[in-house]
Amino acid sequence: MKTYYNPEDLAKFGNMGEDAPEMWKKFMEYYGQVFAAGALTEKEKALIAFAVAHAVQCPYCIDSYTQTLLQMGVNQEQMIEAVHVAAAIRGGATLAHGMQAKNVIKNLEL
Amino acid sequence: MDKNTYLEHTEDFPHFSSRQECKEFGMTHEQLDVLQVNIGETCNLACKHCHLTAGPVRTETMSKEVMKACLEVFDKHGFKTLDITGGAPELNPHFEWLVEEATKRNIHTIVRTNLVILGEEKHRHIPEFYARKKVEIVASLPYYTEKDTDRQRGSGVFATSISALQILNDLGYGKSPDLILNLVYNPGGAFLPPGQSSLTVDFRNKLFDLYGISFNQLFTITNNPIGRFGDFLERTDNMKAYMSRLVSAFNPKAVENMMCRSQLSVGWDGTLYDCDFNLALGLPVDGILRIQDLRETSLEIRKIVFGNHCYACTAGAGSSCGGATA
Repeated sequence: MKTYYNPEDLAKFGNMGEDAPEMWKKFMEYYGQVFAAGALTEKEKALIAFAVAHAVQCPYCIDSYTQTLLQMGVNQEQMIEAVHVAAAIRGGATLAHGMQAKNVIKNLEL
Repeated sequence: MDKNTYLEHTEDFPHFSSRQECKEFGMTHEQLDVLQVNIGETCNLACKHCHLTAGPVRTETMSKEVMKACLEVFDKHGFKTLDITGGAPELNPHFEWLVEEATKRNIHTIVRTNLVILGEEKHRHIPEFYARKKVEIVASLPYYTEKDTDRQRGSGVFATSISALQILNDLGYGKSPDLILNLVYNPGGAFLPPGQSSLTVDFRNKLFDLYGISFNQLFTITNNPIGRFGDFLERTDNMKAYMSRLVSAFNPKAVENMMCRSQLSVGWDGTLYDCDFNLALGLPVDGILRIQDLRETSLEIRKIVFGNHCYACTAGAGSSCGGATA
């Protein structure tokens, strides 16, 4: 293995169904239902997926949902705003956890 | 290496003509509806996606004699729509004569304009001319933002296009029922277009909210992997992946409604093609080859000349000069 991440593996995602076909089938049904239009549009769901993909830093998902969004008529400016949403929540969550440190300090300091 | 070597000789996917649906629907209809006339390849723009590689340096221009033959053939064979395209059709010196003659005969006439030409000094009278003749306008506007539009069509194109659309709206286009203004979106890269109805909502909201612009319909058109766009795909090593995308999205239902089944396309010199893409590739019809020769003969059902570039018209929701087909 020369690299942990290989772009060709994205197209082989379906191979994950080889060893646990029943669970794979259920996952794919669930996945399909999640991304179908409902209370949110398909485009809104794809933008959420795109932002989450950046937050969890999945290169496969970033590649896939960038292409999906281009094909949905979303431009670069709109996508980068979505990345900032992910960045703001990650940054905000980091800062919010500072409260834990402050609480520990408050409990221990004179 | 011939630039179409991969497109026509690859074994990565079945040749378009070998598809069962293409054999079933590979003939034209008995009665054709649209006579598409490409009156020249000169253009004031040089868009990155242009399948014709049209631009300011191109000089091919249709003569008045060929235009006369087009009108005669239109009448004789009962076409319903004259679809005038280019290049920028307004740059042909006989363009206004052709529109005058067509509308005098009450022919439903469409002109495909790039909008920018309407802002040039010599052509500023054209919008009023269109309105007077009740020409249906199909205008290129690849996106509702300046950055995306200018990246594809050239610097300053968006601002000039918006001004031209506002002038057309002021004349009643997109508002009055007999002045039809349709827009054309095509993707700004190696990907398929979005759903036509969802993108129409975005275009309608953004163009009205930001610029007060109204239009009738938005047509989404898939980029064809030939011409300047084909060069881009080759240059950036995207051809294989783009073709894979088109082939994966092959929609058998789109074949029955392919535009080539109900139209005839005429090149600047009168040569006949199944569509403007075949015209760009130099693939003439399988049958009588010149419009001049159709004045005296009957119009036979003909076998359509398919190539792998035809996958662009059958991907996803299908694609034609009138937008999605399936």
